[in-house]
Amino acid sequence: MKWDEFFVTGEPMIYASMVAIAVVSLAIPIGLTYFKKWGYLWNEWLTTVDHKRIGVMYILSALLMLFRGGVDALLMRAQTARPENGLLDAQHYNEIFTTHGVVMILFMAMPFVIGLMNVVIPLQIGARDVAFPRLNAISFWLFFAGAMLFNISFVIGGSPDAGWTAYFPLASPEFSPTVGNNYYSLALQISGIGTLMTGINFIVTILKMRAPGMKLMKMPMFTWSVLITNVIIVFAFPVLTVALALMMFDRQFGTQFFAMQNGGMDMLWANLFWIWGHPEVYIVILPAFGIYSEIISTFARKNLYGYKSMVISMVAISMLSFVVWAHHFYTMGHGVMVNSVFSITTMAIAVPTGVKIFNWLLTLRKGKIEFTTPMLYSLAFIPIFTIGGVTGVMLAMASADYQYHNTMFLVAHFHYVLIPGTVFAVIAGFYYWFPKVFGFRLNERLGKLSFWVIVVSFNVTFFPLFILGLNGMTRRMYTYSASTGFGPLNLISAIGAVGLAIGFIILVYNIYWSVRYSPRDTTGDPWNARTLEWSTHSPVPVYNFAKVPTVDSLDAFWFSKKNKTPLAEGAYEPIHMPSNSGMPFIMGIAFFFAGFFLVFSWWLPAIIAGLVILGTMAFRTFERDHGYHISVEEIERTEEALRGERK
Amino acid sequence: MKIDHSLPLEYSTEENRLKVLGFWIFLGAEIALFSTLFAVYFTLANRYGNGPSAKEIFELKPVLIETFLLLTSSFTIGLGIHAMRLGLKKAMMTFFMITLVLGLGFLGVEITEFVTYVHEGATMQTSAFLSSLFTLLGTHGAHVTFGLLWGTAILLQVRKHGFTPETANKSFIFSLYWHFLDVVWIFIFSFVYLKGLM
Repeated sequence: MKWDEFFVTGEPMIYASMVAIAVVSLAIPIGLTYFKKWGYLWNEWLTTVDHKRIGVMYILSALLMLFRGGVDALLMRAQTARPENGLLDAQHYNEIFTTHGVVMILFMAMPFVIGLMNVVIPLQIGARDVAFPRLNAISFWLFFAGAMLFNISFVIGGSPDAGWTAYFPLASPEFSPTVGNNYYSLALQISGIGTLMTGINFIVTILKMRAPGMKLMKMPMFTWSVLITNVIIVFAFPVLTVALALMMFDRQFGTQFFAMQNGGMDMLWANLFWIWGHPEVYIVILPAFGIYSEIISTFARKNLYGYKSMVISMVAISMLSFVVWAHHFYTMGHGVMVNSVFSITTMAIAVPTGVKIFNWLLTLRKGKIEFTTPMLYSLAFIPIFTIGGVTGVMLAMASADYQYHNTMFLVAHFHYVLIPGTVFAVIAGFYYWFPKVFGFRLNERLGKLSFWVIVVSFNVTFFPLFILGLNGMTRRMYTYSASTGFGPLNLISAIGAVGLAIGFIILVYNIYWSVRYSPRDTTGDPWNARTLEWSTHSPVPVYNFAKVPTVDSLDAFWFSKKNKTPLAEGAYEPIHMPSNSGMPFIMGIAFFFAGFFLVFSWWLPAIIAGLVILGTMAFRTFERDHGYHISVEEIERTEEALRGERK
Repeated sequence: MKIDHSLPLEYSTEENRLKVLGFWIFLGAEIALFSTLFAVYFTLANRYGNGPSAKEIFELKPVLIETFLLLTSSFTIGLGIHAMRLGLKKAMMTFFMITLVLGLGFLGVEITEFVTYVHEGATMQTSAFLSSLFTLLGTHGAHVTFGLLWGTAILLQVRKHGFTPETANKSFIFSLYWHFLDVVWIFIFSFVYLKGLM
């Protein structure tokens, strides 16, 4: 292999990225050395097993990936802004829409949601950490290794170019000869293993580690949504694991699973992909529903309307999510019977979702609504998401779907569900729980400004796509002629995309501004909220709760504030904590290199990296590590300092 | 670490109880994984293109030997866990070693079988049927191989530390894993081999 095959060449934008990557990778070690932060980075972050810090790292990575996926989006909108535009060629455009999809779903939405889970769930159920803290760190580093592996593809070897769905035969070596889709199979595989481990970890945490008295039906709604989400993860992700392995075998070992001859079946890929892919949609949307439930109930100053029906709806959605996958390819040759069945199951999802929408509306009814930034996102979510939902029912009708299958109408639909559904939710959750983690709120004025810019720009960007789709513009077209008449609406959409970018820049500026100037919160409960995470200090001490709280109702913290009864009684006891470990980080690095070598079919180095992975596992099994105890004196000291009684 | 002496050693601490539940959920994920592989196999089982069909390559004898070895190993590991509950370190270690040797025997027969297939011109690349067959069997075989390494590591720890809440927990979880591989094999034996021979 020659160097010009190894590195992607011939594009000025790629050269610029290479320079930027080189500068950043030099700047980070130099900066760390100059400010003498290597020890801090290693001890406090890279080796941490603390769920709050792992959550913060997830969210930081997600924001980084939001930037990456956002740049892809801007490039696509710029390319299609006018007819016959020459900004990107067809191949480059293919790569960009592929990476945009993968990055936004798997490396932005998922880790953002998982990051919030990490920060919030143990606090919300009154636990000191997750069930398996070390495994949690491994999950994070595997996700991070996968994300980095996927991201270097655009400068080394070439990005995947067969769409985020990577349908065969398009993704076969014959039609996609670069290593791009090898990156796809391996990067997703590595981060997928991490996600599966997260799923197991959080199910055990929620089932086994709740505060005394917190029965299942007394759990906060976000905890419920996360429990159900993780059950979906545990049953959906193994399907992806298999599908990606088969893809890798077909591409790199010459097997015939999805081939066009020797008995292979290309539609098998589409089925496997969507058996994972459709539940995946609910993996990112159900926690979002949970976040909205918390925020709406907090800022309407009312308990959540229809708690039981909320739980039942989510369980129903999680089951239906596994029986609708074929609606992604009605037009790809299954018969009337199959299409009808999947049409009906798909439309059935609208029922539990509708129940949830009405529950939120009824929670708002007669509430003393406070229009904070997280609440604004939640309120904007309801109508915009409903547009997405209704167009989803339109798409669910198999016969009608033949008209707009794979058009911009579909693109508009899923952006209308995923952005107000997931993206607004994680931003709302970010604003809402930010003071819990860092001890101060983000600025409300800047927050509201960025909210309005984002919400308006979102509609400007995506509403025209509905009309374009109905007019016949198919998705993934890198250009079009002026005679189609698609030009003006695409231009409006591109202007909206710029607006979205500005909105997100204001959001990032808000973080910077608030870190420097925002007043510090000393109460631990800046929003006057209802659930247990607000009953401890902000920022949260490493052991979360000095005394384990006891719960006797839903919204126990709210009632304890109202009735002035303490949540926890008795004296301090020594707290058992897990010790830090560098092993997960090393494992992540080993997985990264194993994946990288496999991408290029460099077998010997890949085997060596694989042995390092086995070595880390062997190290773990022979390691004697029982954690450490925090003494009562130290708890007293920390608590006094956090209450401001000691400087 | 609080040890509850009213429970078997492998359940005696909070950490141990969490780990056992976590592993059961992991086995749930493994069921999803193998179900997918079976679904792929059933989809492609009759799509052998120009290659040989199942009937042409399957032979009952090695498969019966494999079945016998693996089912016996599932029994011996059960005896091993029983010995552990009785606190018999030597018996437990013996039964675990027998289990691992039987596992190794299974693997040996399976590898010979694979080599025979390849010599008959039935490789992973020949047809979709064979791709799915090798993947399903190979995934199970890889699990057994990993189990051999894991089991050896646990045996070394039991030898060194005796029965502690930790080693007991590890041995018990390993036995769950081993039984699971046996269950998967029963499905492979019935729905891949016997069905293929019919």
